[in-house]
Amino acid sequence: MSTEVKNKELETIEVQTEELIEKHGFDDHFHDHHHGDKYQSGFFSKYVFSLDHKIIGRQFLITGMIWAIVGAAMSVIFRLQLGFPEANLEWLQPLLGKWIIVDNGIGTLSQEFYYALVTMHGTIIVFFVLTAGLSGTFSNLLIPLQIGARDMASPLMNMLSYWFFFLASCVMLFSLFLSTGPFAGGWVAYPPLSALPQASTGSGAGMTLWLVSLVLFVVSTLLGGINYITTVLNLRTKGMTLWKMPLTIWAFFVTAIIGLLSFPVLVAGFFLLMFDRSLGTSFYLSEIFIGGQALDHVGGSPILYQHLFWFLGHPEVYIIILPAMGIASEVLSVHSRKPIFGYRAMVYSIMAIAFLSFIVWAHHMFMAGVNPFLSNIFTIFTLIIAVPSAVKVFNWITTIYKGNIRFNSASLFAIGFVSMFISGGLTGIFLGNSVLDIQLHDTYFVVAHFHIVMGVSAFFGMFAGIYQWFPKMFGRFMNETLGRIHFWGTMIGAYVVFWPMHYLGMFGVPRRYYSFDTFDSFAGFDGINQFVTIGAIITFFVQLIFVVNFFYSIWNGRKMKSKNPYKANTLEWTTPIDTGHGNWPGKLPVVERWPYDYSKNGEDYVPQIIPLKEGEEEH
Amino acid sequence: MSIHSTQRNKIHPYKFALYLSLAGLIMMFAALSSAYIVRQSQGNWLEFRLPQLFYVSTAFILMSSGSLIMTKKYFKAHKKKKYQFLLIVTFILGIGFLITQYYSWIAMYESGIDLKGNPAGSFVYALSILHAFHVLGGIAVLIVALYHAFTLKFEVTAKRILRLELTSTYWHFVDILWVYLLLFFILQR
Repeated sequence: MSTEVKNKELETIEVQTEELIEKHGFDDHFHDHHHGDKYQSGFFSKYVFSLDHKIIGRQFLITGMIWAIVGAAMSVIFRLQLGFPEANLEWLQPLLGKWIIVDNGIGTLSQEFYYALVTMHGTIIVFFVLTAGLSGTFSNLLIPLQIGARDMASPLMNMLSYWFFFLASCVMLFSLFLSTGPFAGGWVAYPPLSALPQASTGSGAGMTLWLVSLVLFVVSTLLGGINYITTVLNLRTKGMTLWKMPLTIWAFFVTAIIGLLSFPVLVAGFFLLMFDRSLGTSFYLSEIFIGGQALDHVGGSPILYQHLFWFLGHPEVYIIILPAMGIASEVLSVHSRKPIFGYRAMVYSIMAIAFLSFIVWAHHMFMAGVNPFLSNIFTIFTLIIAVPSAVKVFNWITTIYKGNIRFNSASLFAIGFVSMFISGGLTGIFLGNSVLDIQLHDTYFVVAHFHIVMGVSAFFGMFAGIYQWFPKMFGRFMNETLGRIHFWGTMIGAYVVFWPMHYLGMFGVPRRYYSFDTFDSFAGFDGINQFVTIGAIITFFVQLIFVVNFFYSIWNGRKMKSKNPYKANTLEWTTPIDTGHGNWPGKLPVVERWPYDYSKNGEDYVPQIIPLKEGEEEH
Repeated sequence: MSIHSTQRNKIHPYKFALYLSLAGLIMMFAALSSAYIVRQSQGNWLEFRLPQLFYVSTAFILMSSGSLIMTKKYFKAHKKKKYQFLLIVTFILGIGFLITQYYSWIAMYESGIDLKGNPAGSFVYALSILHAFHVLGGIAVLIVALYHAFTLKFEVTAKRILRLELTSTYWHFVDILWVYLLLFFILQR
C-alpha cells in the first residue's frame, strides 16, 4: 500500500471516529460548564498548580525520573566501594565531601555513608520512583482517558497528591545534606537504629526527616489512591462496565485499593515509632545498654515494628508490580495484534495477588524469631502466590504466541518485563520456604531476587508505558533507535548485574556489608563483585540514553500525525492529539465492546466505541 | 464541581471518597489495636483503671453526634434558627470532648500511669491522642460548617446538603471510633 493511500485511509478512520462520538456519544453538557477553559488560564495554573490529570501525571513522571537518576547514582557509588574497595575514590570528593575519607592519598567511601547510600537507594527507588513515579504517572494519565472521564473525581485532591509528593521529595533531598548524613539504618527502618536518635549518625536528624518525608509521602499516596478508586467506580463513561475496562485500569484500581488498606498501617507503625523517638515510650525498645549504661526503655518489642512495617511492606511490592503488569498486558496485546489471552483470568489473578499480599507479610521475618508454626502458614500462602502469577505469565506468553508482533521499544520492554518477572519469580519460590530461608535470608540471593522481580521488572513496565504513551503525553514519539539501544543495554545489563548475585547468596554472602575483608569464607568473590560493579556502571549510563531521548523527544521527536498511531482500541486514542482539559472536546465516547478486539473477523482492530455489528458476538 | 453534575452516579463521588478515607483510618486503628494485643500477649503488662473522665467525654461525643443528626434534620426541614443553634451545640460538645480528654490524660498521669512507663499505659495514651487529632480534624470541619451556616444565605440546595452530610459522616465516624476504642480498652485489659 502506498503511503498516500495509507494516510487517506487513516484520515477516513479519524473522521469516522469523530463522527461516531458526535452521533452516539454521551452528552454530559461539558461545554455548558466550561466556557473557555478555566483550568488552564495562565502558566502557573496550566503547568505548575495544574488540576488536569494529564499534567499531574507528567509531573509525577518527571519528578520520579529525577529521583531514579539520584537513586541509581547512589547504587553506582556503593557498588564502586563493593567492587573495588582498594580503588582511589578521591575524585568523588567534590560530590560527597567529607564522606570520602582520604588516607595516604587514597580516598575511600566512609562506612557511615555507605549505609546511608544503601538506605536511601532503597527508600528512593521503592517509594519515590516505583510507587509515585510509576503508579502516580500512569494512574493519573490513563484512568480518566481510558474509562472516558473528564478528569479525576477530585482534581483538587489530585493536585494536592502531587504536591505532597513534592514536599516529601524536598524533605528527603534536604536530609541528604545534613552534616550527620541521612538515615542509615536500612530502608525498612527497624528499631532500635530508627528509634534511638543516638544509635548511629543518621538516626538523629536524618531519621526524623526520613519519617516526616515518608508521612508526607503516604498522605500523597492516599490522596491519589482514594481518587483513583473513586474515579474508576464512579466516573466511567456510558457502556464502560467493569468487564470492559482495559487491564491497565484494573491494575491501577486494585493497586490503589492495596495502598489504601496498607499504607495506614505503616503510618500506625511510624506513629508509635515517633512516640519512642520523641516522647520516651517503649513500644519497640526493649532493655538496651549503650556503653555499659542501661537506657530507660523497658519491655518494648522490636518485632512489633517489623509486623507493622511488613504489613505495608509486602503489599507495597504489589503496589509496585501490579501497574507494571497492567501496562505490559495492554502493550503486549496492542503490539501483537491479538486479544489478551484469558482477560477474566488476568483480572481474577490481579485480585488474588492483591488478597494474598495481605497475608504473607511474615515471610520477611522468618529469621526474626517468629513461631516456626506460623512460619509454615506464611510459607504456604507465599507459595500460593505463584499460582496467580503463573496464570499471568502464561497468559502473556499465549497473548504474543503466533501474534503479528511489532517489535518496538514499548513491546520489547513489555516482553523484557515478562522475562524478568519469570527469572525473579522463580527465586521467590526458594525464598518463600522458611527452611531454605535459614541459609538464604539476608544474603545476596535476596538482593538478586527482589531486584529482578520487582525492581527491574517494574522499571521495564514503566519504560514500556513511557514509550507507549509518550505520544499521548507530549504529542511526539521517542526515538526508536535509541529506544532499542536502551532496551538491549538494560536487558543484558540487568542480568549481568543481578544474575551473579544469586551465586554469592547461595554461598551465604550477606547483603548490606561494607566490606568482606575479615571473612575468609567470602574472600573468593572479588571477581564477581567487580563484574557486577562494572555491569552496574554500564547499565547506569545506558539509562542516561533514555533520559536524553526523553527530553530531546519532548521538543524534537517525530510528531504524532494521527490520533491513533498504534491502531489501538482503547479510548485514550480517540481524544485529539493535543488533548485539552476535559479530554474530549464535545461529547464523551460511549463504549460498545471490550478493549481487546484485535484481529477479529478479519478486522485488524475494532475500537471500543464501534457498536457491535448485527449478529456479531461479544468476545 | 461540574465534572460530576451530569454523571450517572448512585452515590456522590465525594461521599464515596470519604468512605474510602474512613476505610484507611479503620486500617490504621486496626493496626494499632492488633499491635496492642500482640504486645499484651508478651507479658509484662500493667493493669490499671481507666480514668472515670473517659466516660464523661464519651457522653459528650455521643451527644454531639445526636445534635448533629438533629442539625441535619432541621436543615432539610428549612428550620434555619434551630439548625444554626444545634450546629453550635454540636461544636461546643465537640470542644467539650477534647477538653475532657485532656483532663483524662492528666488524671491518668496523676494516678501514676506515665506515658513513658509500661506500654499498657503508653498504648492508651497513644491511641487516645491519635484519636483526639482526628477529632481536631472534625472540629475544623465543624468550623467550616459554622462559617457556612452563618455567612451564606440560607437555602437548602443539593450542594449544601452534601456538605452537611460529608461533615456529619466524618463526625459520626470519629464518635464511633472513640466508643470502639473505649470498649477495646475496657475489654482488653
